[in-house]
Amino acid sequence: MNLELVGITKAFGQLVANDRVDLSVGAGEVHCLLGENGAGKTTLMNVLFGMVRADSGEIRVDGQPVRFADPGDALRKGIGMVHQHFMLVPVFSVAENIVLGFEPVRRFGFLDRRRAHKEIRHLSEQFGLDVDPDALVEDLPVGAQQRVEILKALVRDARMLILDEPTAVLTPQETEALFKIIRSLASSGRSVLFITHKLKEVLAIADRITVMRQGRVVGRTTPAESGEADLAAMMVGRDVELVVAKTPAEAGDPVLELHDLCVRDERGLTAVDHVSLTVRAGEIVALAGVQGNGQTELAEAVTGLRHVESGSVRLSGKDITNATPRHALRAGVANVPEDRQADGLVLSMSVADNLVLDVYDQPPYAKLGARDLARVRAGGEAKLKEFDIRASSVEDPVSSLSGGNQQKVVVARELSRPIKLLVASQPTRGLDVGSIEYVHRRMVAERDRGAAVLVVSSELDEVLALGDSVAVMYRGRIVGVVPPTTSREQIGLMMAGAAEAQPAAVAVPSGSGVPSRSGAPSGSGSEEQ
Amino acid sequence: MTTATAPPEEPLSGEANRAAQEPRPWWLGALRWMVEANVAVVTFCAIVFGLFVGAILIVVTTPATLTAWGHIASAPGHSLSVIFSTLGNAFGALFTGSIFSPSAVGHAISTGNGWNTAFTPISETMVSATPLIFAGTGVAIGFSTGVFNIGGQGQLIAGALAATYVGFGVHLPIVPHLILVVLAGAAGGAVAGFIPGILKARTGAHEVIVTIMLNYVFLNLLDYLLVTPPLQQPGQSNAISRTVPASARLPHLFGGGLRVNAGFLIALGVAAAASWFMKRSTLGFEFKVIGSNPSAGRTAGMDARLASVLVLTISGALVGLAGMSTLSGTDFFLSSGYGGNNGFNAITVALLGRNKPIGVVFGSLLFAALSTGGRYLQATTNIPLDLTQVIQAVIVFLVATPALVREIFRLREAGAGKILLFTKGWGS
Repeated sequence: MNLELVGITKAFGQLVANDRVDLSVGAGEVHCLLGENGAGKTTLMNVLFGMVRADSGEIRVDGQPVRFADPGDALRKGIGMVHQHFMLVPVFSVAENIVLGFEPVRRFGFLDRRRAHKEIRHLSEQFGLDVDPDALVEDLPVGAQQRVEILKALVRDARMLILDEPTAVLTPQETEALFKIIRSLASSGRSVLFITHKLKEVLAIADRITVMRQGRVVGRTTPAESGEADLAAMMVGRDVELVVAKTPAEAGDPVLELHDLCVRDERGLTAVDHVSLTVRAGEIVALAGVQGNGQTELAEAVTGLRHVESGSVRLSGKDITNATPRHALRAGVANVPEDRQADGLVLSMSVADNLVLDVYDQPPYAKLGARDLARVRAGGEAKLKEFDIRASSVEDPVSSLSGGNQQKVVVARELSRPIKLLVASQPTRGLDVGSIEYVHRRMVAERDRGAAVLVVSSELDEVLALGDSVAVMYRGRIVGVVPPTTSREQIGLMMAGAAEAQPAAVAVPSGSGVPSRSGAPSGSGSEEQ
Repeated sequence: MTTATAPPEEPLSGEANRAAQEPRPWWLGALRWMVEANVAVVTFCAIVFGLFVGAILIVVTTPATLTAWGHIASAPGHSLSVIFSTLGNAFGALFTGSIFSPSAVGHAISTGNGWNTAFTPISETMVSATPLIFAGTGVAIGFSTGVFNIGGQGQLIAGALAATYVGFGVHLPIVPHLILVVLAGAAGGAVAGFIPGILKARTGAHEVIVTIMLNYVFLNLLDYLLVTPPLQQPGQSNAISRTVPASARLPHLFGGGLRVNAGFLIALGVAAAASWFMKRSTLGFEFKVIGSNPSAGRTAGMDARLASVLVLTISGALVGLAGMSTLSGTDFFLSSGYGGNNGFNAITVALLGRNKPIGVVFGSLLFAALSTGGRYLQATTNIPLDLTQVIQAVIVFLVATPALVREIFRLREAGAGKILLFTKGWGS
């Protein structure tokens, strides 16, 4: 099948999720769509699969323009999709799941199990999709469940298979098995569109690569033409130069000291792997890296939101390892969470209430367990002015504000109490340029006031513009700490993990005093490997 | 595969997108009106519609009106007058049975006697409303924190049990004794609420399952204790408890004849306190935040697990007071299956009052009025009690639906990420 997407544009309110995206996939091709979370990959696939209607643009199958009203339409045209979250019925058998909604029936509407089994066995032999048709889905490991999903698409005669982040849930061995299947699918003339943000996988499996960033296609290449560093640079972008006005940092005493920190993710896998890092008063350390390399988990461990397996977190010399979030907060840690709507705000509540979400029980906003609503309101109004939050009233629900103003509410709240350390994760994601500049300025001001600032960002521009030093994370480790004057190519290489192999390439700044785990042995951070 | 998730990038108000799509059918417009209209207006319309449905049911089920229908062509005037007089009698009986009888009041005014008879209906309505206000408020506090307390029946029994023990087991003058009885009722319910709370916090056990199961535990515990000294009435083989002495009985507000008692005033006080608690207290704020977005609450330093223990304990304490109020107010002894449907009706009035304590007060009064009125209706006409239950159901359905619909709309608009919010009540 030849599939072409031409000029697909889709906006959600002010956010343009897809901006004139072109993409073509030929028969027998494995095409990788590479991009960070929020780059617009999922929206594009939802458009293709008939779940979201594009504002403009065209989908062509073998040269013919088509319109998909729903996923059923797409299926009938031979496009199958394996979602990141499997859509299987756990208590049904593999065969039952595969034929669900597409049941071969005998006369009188009886399910033709024999035919279903035969077809499944035939397909699984052809493509090496090893599953037992009689097993219950809930008993299968994740990799096998994924094979069931693929079979589901194949039984429906899909000529083109979309795999959305298929390796996110797989072990390395399962990933290898999946790649074999993908190759056999391609050699049978089927097309595979592989969505991911993992560079190594792209290079291992792709025939052609399309890179998306902020809703646009920013590059088309092949594994032969590009290496990991190129892809990383493309993903995080180099088209916008961000300038943040700031004076050189005057770093003081260490405020945040991470020592040999180990943290696991939701799946119990090691996300932060023996990391040591120091952030001093009056400096901004930017934690760079392609998303999913442990930055989020590290920030959560510092703010008390994630359990620390081993190692320690110290704040101004005091141990706050595995402190409760409230304890960390009261000790002077401010937290601008990565997903403001999920973790930073209560959308249904008013702007004023959201501005006191972490100090609602403290004077002057409360006394003896009773809230002082007049003070909450007055304080809210003062902050609207101070932080230039555009809201018609502090009583409005915070959901009525734009993304930029919502983020300002979070920032205003976090910076409105005395803090020693500011942890900001993706602080400007999804914001317009004006809000980005404002948030950056406030963070620099906080630094100049003497706070230590740890910024987690996957935007290379932001990292270089904001950081007084840049720590690069790859696979849960800090591969190096470099000054922000380091070249993009160098940092791109480090983000791809290259620096691990060639530690000589990692320059360690003398001024920042940030010890790194696996960089040159400059500080206290590089003990046992 | 059709259960497509919206793209995570979709912002909250996709109004522009939605409006651009094809025109929506009339019923969606009606639904939207119900969702967006003023709460008082919707509730009023629901009551009117509920009574209208009741009227239709009376017309189509009463033999007299059915016969009249048969003659509607030949003698329309007669038929209509039969229908209207039947309806008039029925709604008159509902009013007379639940509020007051105009003729009895007239009689009382002219003779100066019979005030008790005149005001018995409204007194009975207030008596029935009392436990509903307590328990409904308790359930409502749970709901607004995202905790589904379905264990009203068990907590009510626990409260009543504790009040009974303190009632006959302690000998004190009336004022301190009553205070002790009230506190015991709250404490009994609190313990019954604490159990599912701590199980939820410690093990992640879902409160709906645990509270429902605890209902059976307390029902059977009551049955056991009722045939076991010291609770069982001495010299009785029936499963009946000892009777609490006069010092443990809530005093009647208007003298001997009318059963409305101090429990009603305490209920109003508790509802007012609960209203303050949810609106103005720091703990109430914390409950609301955790109810709306637990992960934001956690990020802001709140302890969602502690909150679920606290909210179930408080909710249980209020439901326990409901058991105390009937025990010390009107019944004075326990019997098997004590409390009847009050524990479950509490959920209904919480919905009717939209989880606001003040709303619960009005919802309880309405619910109680329909119940007492319905009993009178059944006694004076041939219309069965089921009719008023249908009216109650229609009203509750119409009032509760907008909340449900809004919940679903919010779900849609918030996109994929927020589905967790909806399922959290059933998941962890």
